[in-house]
Amino acid sequence: MTTADSFSSSVLLEIYRKALLIRVVDEGIRGLILSGNLRIAMHPPTGQEIVAAAMGLNLETTDYLVTIYRGLHDQLAKGIPITLVVAEYFAKATGACKGKGGPMHMTHPESGVMVTSGVVGSGMPIANGLAWASQIKGDNRVTVTSFGDGASNIGAFHEALNLAALWKLPIVFLCQNNRYGESTTYADATASSTVAERATAYGKNMVGVSVDGNDPESMWTAMRTAVVRARAGEGPTLLEANTFRLSGHYCGDSSPYIPKEEMEEAVANDPIKLTREAVIKSGAATEAALDEMKEAFEAELEEAMKFAHESPAPDLSEVETDVYGAA
Amino acid sequence: MSEQSTINFTQAYALALDEAMAADPTVVLLGEDIGDKEGGGVFKVTAGLSTKYGDVRVRTTPISEQAIAGAAIGASLAGMRPVAEIMFMNFMTVAMDQIVNHAAKLRFMSGGATSVPITLRTRSGAGSGNGGQHSDMLEAWFAHVPGIKVVIPSSPADAVGLLRACIEDDDPCLFIEDGLTRTVKGPAPGPNHILPLGKAHVEREGSDVSVISYGRPLQEIRKLADQFAGEGVSVEIVDIRTVSPLDTDTIVTSVCKTGRAIVAHEAVRSFGAGAEIAARIQEHAFSSLKAPVKRVASKDSTVPFAHSLELEFLYKASDIEAAVRQTLDGM
Ligand SMILES: Cc1ncc(C[n+]2csc(CCOP(=O)(O)OP(=O)(O)O)c2C)c(N)n1
Ligand SMILES: [Mg+2]
Repeated sequence: MTTADSFSSSVLLEIYRKALLIRVVDEGIRGLILSGNLRIAMHPPTGQEIVAAAMGLNLETTDYLVTIYRGLHDQLAKGIPITLVVAEYFAKATGACKGKGGPMHMTHPESGVMVTSGVVGSGMPIANGLAWASQIKGDNRVTVTSFGDGASNIGAFHEALNLAALWKLPIVFLCQNNRYGESTTYADATASSTVAERATAYGKNMVGVSVDGNDPESMWTAMRTAVVRARAGEGPTLLEANTFRLSGHYCGDSSPYIPKEEMEEAVANDPIKLTREAVIKSGAATEAALDEMKEAFEAELEEAMKFAHESPAPDLSEVETDVYGAA
Repeated sequence: MSEQSTINFTQAYALALDEAMAADPTVVLLGEDIGDKEGGGVFKVTAGLSTKYGDVRVRTTPISEQAIAGAAIGASLAGMRPVAEIMFMNFMTVAMDQIVNHAAKLRFMSGGATSVPITLRTRSGAGSGNGGQHSDMLEAWFAHVPGIKVVIPSSPADAVGLLRACIEDDDPCLFIEDGLTRTVKGPAPGPNHILPLGKAHVEREGSDVSVISYGRPLQEIRKLADQFAGEGVSVEIVDIRTVSPLDTDTIVTSVCKTGRAIVAHEAVRSFGAGAEIAARIQEHAFSSLKAPVKRVASKDSTVPFAHSLELEFLYKASDIEAAVRQTLDGM
């Protein structure tokens, strides 16, 4: 979390730090999958790191997050320890969910990661419930629910936004618009030209904002405003973070449906690369310091992978535990 | 029975909600039209509660079943014990994703890190002329999803005890109310009457045949048992109370004793709870059986509008009676 009230070069550095950690873990996991050393379905967040980092920096540990199958960036930004995330990807007993949830169902209440949904759009109604509980208890927590552009076409999105606005819930609907839902473009699936403009349908309590999610300052400022607004009891925000998915829908998807020029431009504008340049230019850190930061994260990841590798698989009795609570 | 000591089903549900709200400040209600401003619910179960406990704890919602189920789930993850009213059981189908993919599974998928202590109250049952989209008994759908508890009361006192149990339980519970019998009366329970979930109730001991059922058919089975007693046939009545998880032990113990079993429910016959119960009996009590296990259920069709057709669709007390006689004949 951050205590900064306005954007500065130190905030920029903190965004880069979180984003880089995400990129390092993402690359590490993808490397294992693509080399055949990890057989799992994974939906990489490559290219969407700034969105998550700006989100995480504006939340307290006690704030709630509901995210989706493409959730590695959100989960790390919210603070789930790397070891627990990696061990869960490895389906080990030491994972965040004892190897029973996997990447698509990562949960870690201690970090505020309450639900990760593999069903498109269904996290939003649940996030409302978390926010509703905070409203009833007056515990001053904010809930963020993260989802894709495609999810804004599901009925649950509209039910959830209506209820959140009606009840003025302390919640931020964070739409990570990466221009594609699987292989279908935004425009081929969505009647409105932005997701954010849908907010107007939910009255004066709901604010709609569309920002460049890959730009640290715009993203951080928009997130900050939305979180402050929610915490002050002023109502929900539909925050559309425009971004791009650099590694396909799933790890192994070569994205043949994305025009070559579009992909080339996105790669040239890789937000990790641009943000690194901006950090150095701002004077917040030297090139050497950032290299060191990357090495430290790589070492941390290696440590986490070693731990996961050496961890036991879940006991077979786990198949029948946690179905119901203790009688 | 004095007038004072009886209540009907509607009063029983209301009593359980009132007691639960008084006992635990984390119990909150949500659903369509449930506040007193809206008349206290379409079936008046929540009448008076928003006035008594305030509209923060008794919250009328938009007509948004996914949002209702989701809000209940989310609030429960944050330590509340929400009770959501889904007006008719057929409308649960609109919220199946929330119930099946989330409520039922979050405890498991999180490795026990979270749980979903919600109660979904809903209502159904044929016989009121409501036609095909307001009458289905879909309990088997939910019983087929591990992680959910499915509860159906057969008397007002049980309704109080089982609804209280659902609300106190740490897992998602589906509590099914029968529309047709809402004004049927029975003895009132004492204060804070809470029954165990997952436990069947042998409400009448007998030695010749076990009639296993839940919910509405028990009204008829009790009368039939009296009638058979007059003929010298001793009927044991097992009210399973909780459809899932099913109390196999109590059912098997009963059938091992009597050697004959009838399973009766209102839901349509095929792939119903009766099939599961019959299967468990043959798995665990095969050698004790003196006759094949019989199923009594409604016909495999859509609940019709015309009253004559609706009666033809529904299981009948005479079907249960005939099944008992056939079983006694070893058929
Ligand atoms: C209800 C539902 N329908 C379809 C799918 C299959 N599916 C998984 S991800 C996805 C695309 C979602 O796109 P978007 O919401 O933009 O998120 P992104 O994957 O781009 O992050 C689809 C169709 C699903 N998981 N759930
Ligand atoms: Mg998308």
